[in-house]
Amino acid sequence: MVATAAAPPMATGPQRPRHRSWIRLVVLLAIVAVVLYPLFWMIGASVKSQEEIVNNIGLLPRNFTPGNYADGWTNFDVSFARFFLNSAMVSLLTLVGNAVSCLLAAYAFARLKFRLRGLWFAVMIGTLLLPGHVLIVPQYILFRTLGLVGGEWPYLPLLIPQFLATEAFFVFLMVQFMRGIPRELDEAARIDGANAFGIFRHVILPLSRPALVTTAIFSFIWTWNDFFRQLVFLSNLSDYTVPVALTLFIDSTSQSAVGPMFAMAVLSLLPVFLFFVAFQRMLVEGINTSGLKG
Amino acid sequence: MALTTAPDPTRRGTGSVRPDANRRGTGRIRHGEGLAGYVFLSPWLVGLMGITAIPMLLSLYLSFTNYDILTPLSEVEWIGLANYERMFTSDPSWWHSVRVTLSFALIAVPLKLAAALGVALLLNRAWRGVGLFRGLFYLPSLLGGSVALAIVWVNMFNREGAFNSFLALFGIQGKPWVNDPDWALETLMVLAIWQFGAPMVIFLAGLKQVPTELYEAASVDGAGRFRQFVNVTLPMLSPVIFFNLVLETINGFQGFTAAFVLSNGTGGPVDSTLMYTLNLYITGFTDLEMGYASAMAWVFLIAIAIITAIFFSTGRFWVHYSDGEDR
Repeated sequence: MVATAAAPPMATGPQRPRHRSWIRLVVLLAIVAVVLYPLFWMIGASVKSQEEIVNNIGLLPRNFTPGNYADGWTNFDVSFARFFLNSAMVSLLTLVGNAVSCLLAAYAFARLKFRLRGLWFAVMIGTLLLPGHVLIVPQYILFRTLGLVGGEWPYLPLLIPQFLATEAFFVFLMVQFMRGIPRELDEAARIDGANAFGIFRHVILPLSRPALVTTAIFSFIWTWNDFFRQLVFLSNLSDYTVPVALTLFIDSTSQSAVGPMFAMAVLSLLPVFLFFVAFQRMLVEGINTSGLKG
Repeated sequence: MALTTAPDPTRRGTGSVRPDANRRGTGRIRHGEGLAGYVFLSPWLVGLMGITAIPMLLSLYLSFTNYDILTPLSEVEWIGLANYERMFTSDPSWWHSVRVTLSFALIAVPLKLAAALGVALLLNRAWRGVGLFRGLFYLPSLLGGSVALAIVWVNMFNREGAFNSFLALFGIQGKPWVNDPDWALETLMVLAIWQFGAPMVIFLAGLKQVPTELYEAASVDGAGRFRQFVNVTLPMLSPVIFFNLVLETINGFQGFTAAFVLSNGTGGPVDSTLMYTLNLYITGFTDLEMGYASAMAWVFLIAIAIITAIFFSTGRFWVHYSDGEDR
């Protein structure tokens, strides 16, 4: 861990008065309180009654109302179980698609020589900064022309790009990672008679596991939270993912559903939160080393 | 950092370990490897063509037409520059969305980065709790872009929300912030600033790279803590500041989810949260003016390219690379 490794030289403060570290701690705790308040307030609101969400600023409900969860779960004609299944399916398939397709492309960029490699690499870097919103209209038109929007399996427009390595972030991350794998290993495999495919299979693939895990985690979380593309491409209630379904609560402005809305909001964040708890260190290190956005 | 260490694909690893590669010269491609390269690259190439390049060209073409999704592609009408003309001369809501997006980015991004840097400085000392604090501060960056958090935000800042209840503790009469055209965008800015954890982690990594000798030297020269910050920390951190600035600005321009949730997809109240991407969505998918939306997308793309170029050209004057490498 970087923090502990750098510890001795950073703690330069023998002459610094002790109370400064107390001030720092108090300031940090205050910031933590501000940062975490919305999250705890949301969790509290999910078990509060209608009036209490409005009147009770406190985090704990006076009237414990767990029924919000049951009400929210079945608030629409389609149950949230379906929305969660849809979201899980889209997120997991995106994860697989990104991991496989970005790894293949990264191997080509990092290790193989071929004509126009420099040009293609520059193009890939260029697409890093390309805003996804710019392409949404023509992509919609293309997928619709192909009959894939609202088709038999409406998730194809969401998933096809992910199986074609269009997330340049992950390609870039893996290229950077593979550059750290010693070339001597490739060479040894080559002497043993391995060709480019053999080297990929026996050297690069097993050694790229850390980069694959980082890609998988970020892929999942970003897709789980993603709203824009899912909003554009999904139009039938039963196909909705969790984020799209949550916006239905806003449509039905009837204030009666505020508690259930919060209950479902809490549940929708649960997978991301579990990922965070399980992979906290890796997530923080991941954006450290790759400069990924959060 | 990713941007500053952009890999050079033409540079092979540390010295070639393959004698034959040296003998044959660098341009030589091993037999069969060229083919293998394209085999491995093929999914990416198909994606580049089908998902990126062709849609971009299609979008460019459509931006000169009055295409809506209802008429078949073969019957669209070429209208020349009319979409662009309309955008710049007779569409006040387009100009409005530009203003909303710019003011969002101009205010939220610097504040977010200032918060990120400030907290990073507080955490940049080794003690037991650092890892925990770092994780907790990072959490909002993972959750903040979601619909769920946007819903929480809207409810915290509405008339009877938690924020007003908090103000009431001090006897201050709050407002229905999210319904007030003067304040709705500001609540979205607060949501963006709340997610300061991601740039903070990157700042922390940068702070670790600053050699302690520099602080010792400055201290010997009699520089106080403030002088040390201005003369050592800031210049040494400038590549990371630059990186965060570029990334967060581009992200800031693309804010969509929270604005959509706050306004229920309308950009309201009174267009005060009409972010550019939301305006694009409404134009393309609610009004079905896909030709016009394509023109808007292209202007957006060019604007982002120009702003990135401005960043990189001004970066030379204030971004300091300590190893003297020309990057």
